[in-house]
Parts: sequence; structure tokens; C-alpha cells
Amino acid sequence: MINKQVASVAEAVADIRDGSTVMISGFGEAGSPIELIHALIDQGARDLVVINNNAGNGFVGLAALIAAGRVRKVICSYPRSSNSEVFQQLYREGRIELELVPQGTLAERIRAGGAGIPAFYTPTAAGTPLAEGKEVREFNGRPHVLEYGLTADFALVKAERGDRLGNLVYNKTARNFGPIMCMAAKTTIVQVRHFVAAGEIDPEVVVTPGIFVDRVVHVPNPAQESKLVAEGVRYP
Amino acid sequence: MSTKTEALGLSREAMAWRAAQDIPDGAHVNLGIGIPEMVARFVPEGREVIYHSENGVLGFGPPPKPGEEDPELINAGKKPITLLPGACFFHHADSFAMIRGGHLDISILGALQVAANGDLANWSTGEGGVPAVGGAMDLVAGVKQVFIITEHTTRKGEPKLLKRCTYPLTGAGVVSRVFTNYGVFDVTDGRFIMREIAAGLDVETVRAATEGPLDIDPNLKTIESPALG
Repeated sequence: MINKQVASVAEAVADIRDGSTVMISGFGEAGSPIELIHALIDQGARDLVVINNNAGNGFVGLAALIAAGRVRKVICSYPRSSNSEVFQQLYREGRIELELVPQGTLAERIRAGGAGIPAFYTPTAAGTPLAEGKEVREFNGRPHVLEYGLTADFALVKAERGDRLGNLVYNKTARNFGPIMCMAAKTTIVQVRHFVAAGEIDPEVVVTPGIFVDRVVHVPNPAQESKLVAEGVRYP
Repeated sequence: MSTKTEALGLSREAMAWRAAQDIPDGAHVNLGIGIPEMVARFVPEGREVIYHSENGVLGFGPPPKPGEEDPELINAGKKPITLLPGACFFHHADSFAMIRGGHLDISILGALQVAANGDLANWSTGEGGVPAVGGAMDLVAGVKQVFIITEHTTRKGEPKLLKRCTYPLTGAGVVSRVFTNYGVFDVTDGRFIMREIAAGLDVETVRAATEGPLDIDPNLKTIESPALG
């Protein structure tokens, strides 16, 4: 019998090696797999390349992973939020690399990576500094920029419901990058608020088919990042 | 909540209200971060407008009442929203397929600088610091019409409506209309054309605060905004 459920977040992230590329779902706190990130901090892997839309808030979740010195490079669209001091300070000190990618290009690079498309042309960013050094080609009279698909060794994703086969449903705008990151990683690890029996999710509403998921861990009461930030919590 | 004082002309709410008046019935409209977020509060009576947020929602409404916020139901500015009947969610690649694929009618964004040739700069001052771009470059590349809502001048009083942008561009030749606290401006043939002026302001004040070439519509109207909460 196929059973992708693992017993704990620690077990779920145990084999993430130093130097791995890790996609982490979320748009701000919505969809951020905070328990999996904290387990990765405890696990100790270093020299990571992290792909996320942002660069963490406060001193918990992704910001805590960065603060712990585990991240060599961030690939994201928007690292400058009101509570993103950790990343901003390391960046100013030249201690962390940043690859800034327009948000839609980031999403499409991840989607393409998961769909077996190595590269594509997009009109986004043509004629701007973010296209510098990139191949540009004209289609329909407009310049388009060549962008490459993104893949990862691991994806850490938060979903609302999942079953032993890895079928997933998300919650509202916490869906964001989850479905495409599940597709683009060699090993996809998902924390779900509700773990349900196979068949309990209507096949018509499955958002991520289980084929894209390798491990499911039940985290029934995930922390709310903004609450932790407001309380000044630091992890660990 | 504006922390600025002594700003001339329209309040931030009134700028958002004025922009909302130009959204036709049935339009699909993306709202960016900042003052554009407020546009969701001001759909004119009798129109149905579908608001899109880049983080994967179509059909959202005004902000929730205090105590009813859901941290997993937010807009591009990461602020809580409500849903209208018929709303739907989708992942990021689909959201930007809507944007880049030309499925949205209007994108409403903020600006650091707008030029008379329609160039927009709204992601970097090019002076160091941490760069952040978000979805702005995708929006201006893919949405049919780009509206800008911005204060007419910087905090230091420098013009934001320029001959040419000096900051790194978000997109070239993309802006069609600008709503400021001073008035409403079309961007046409390398010039700003003032169509409407805020009540209590005179044309010379607007001219003095505008660097780009400025024409005044011979039928210039005055904006009288209603009382806005």
C-alpha cells in the first residue's frame, strides 16, 4: 500500500543535505510551512538556496532560517517587507545572495521546471534592468526575455487537507505557490492541517494530484506567523 | 491611514474613489499595493467589477470588519480582504497567466515616477538598498490598460510626473492614465493632458509641480469627491 504519511516534521526533513535548493511555499505568511521550516532549522542543513516569493518576516519561519545562517542565496520577487529586517541586514552586509525575479516570471519558471520545459520567452521585464545580460528575441513585434525553468531538490509546502496518496487541497489565498512548487521539486514535503482518508477529498476538487507529492505530515494547529512576529518570538 | 499632513487636493481615499469611477461595468481589474488597494471600497453604484489580486484571488471585496480577518485571505499588500459571491482561488502560475495573457482589463498601480511617454518606475530608486519588484513588471507587460494612483509630488515636493524617468523602469510606454491628489491626467503622444482638477486647486499650482509637458483640457472639470469614510 502506498502511504506517503510520515510521523513528524523532523522525519519529513531529515534527508535535506547541505547545499540543497529548497522551494518554500507562501506569499508572506499565507501558505508558509512554518513547522517544516523550523524542523529544517533544527536539522541543521546549511548553504541552502531558497526559492520563495519573499524573504521572511520577524525572526520565525523563513526569517529564522536565514538568521541562523543556513541560507546562501534567496531567489524571490519581493524581499522588502516591513518586517524583513533579517534578510535586509544580511544583504546590506553582503552575506547573502539575492536573485530578484519578477513575480510572474518566478511562478512561470517554477511551473515550467515542474512541467519539463527548460526555458521560455516572456515579455515581462523587457527593457528593464532585470533583463540585463539575458537573451532577448522579438515575437509579434515585441521584445521577449529568455528565462529558464526552476527546479529544486526539495519543496516545503503547506496545504489544508491531504491523504496518504498526497492529494492536496489548499486554503484560500494560502494556495499561491504551493501547487507549482509541488511539481518542481525532486522531493516534495507537505504539511497538512487535516490528514484525511483516501477518497475523502472529492476527485473533482483535488488541486494537487498526489503524483507530485512525496511526503505528507499532519500538523493540525500550524502557528500563525504574524502572531509570532507581533509577540516578538525568535526561533529557536 | 495617511500620516502626511498639508497635502493639497484630494485625500488618498478620494484618489482611490476617483480612479474607481473610471472602471467600466464588467471589468476585471488588478489592484496593486498602496493606495490602489483602497479602490476595492469604491465600486460605483450599479456596476459589477471583478477585482483580481496577484496572490491568487478573483472577486474580492472591501476589507473585513475588525476581528473578522483571516491570515490566509489576503491581498497583494498582505492585508485582509473579504470575498464577494462568485469569488475563486487559483495558484500563482494561473494568476500570472491571467495577467500576462491579457485577460485583465485594467491594472491599477502606484508609482515613484511616471513619464510623459508613458514610462513607469515603481520598484527601485536605483540608489542601493534591497531591490523588490513583486508583480509590477508582469502587470505592465500584460494588462490592457495601466492606471496609476500616486501623490503628485514626492515627500520633498519634487515632481513625480516627469519628462523622462530617472529611476530604473518597470515598463516602457505602458501608462495611460494617472490619478493624483491634484487631478486626473491622460498620457498621450508624449504629453500629460489634465482632464480634471481637484477642487480648490488652480492650474498654475499643478503646472509648477509637474515637470513633464502638460496640456490642459479646454473642458477641464473640477473633481468634487463625496464624503468618504
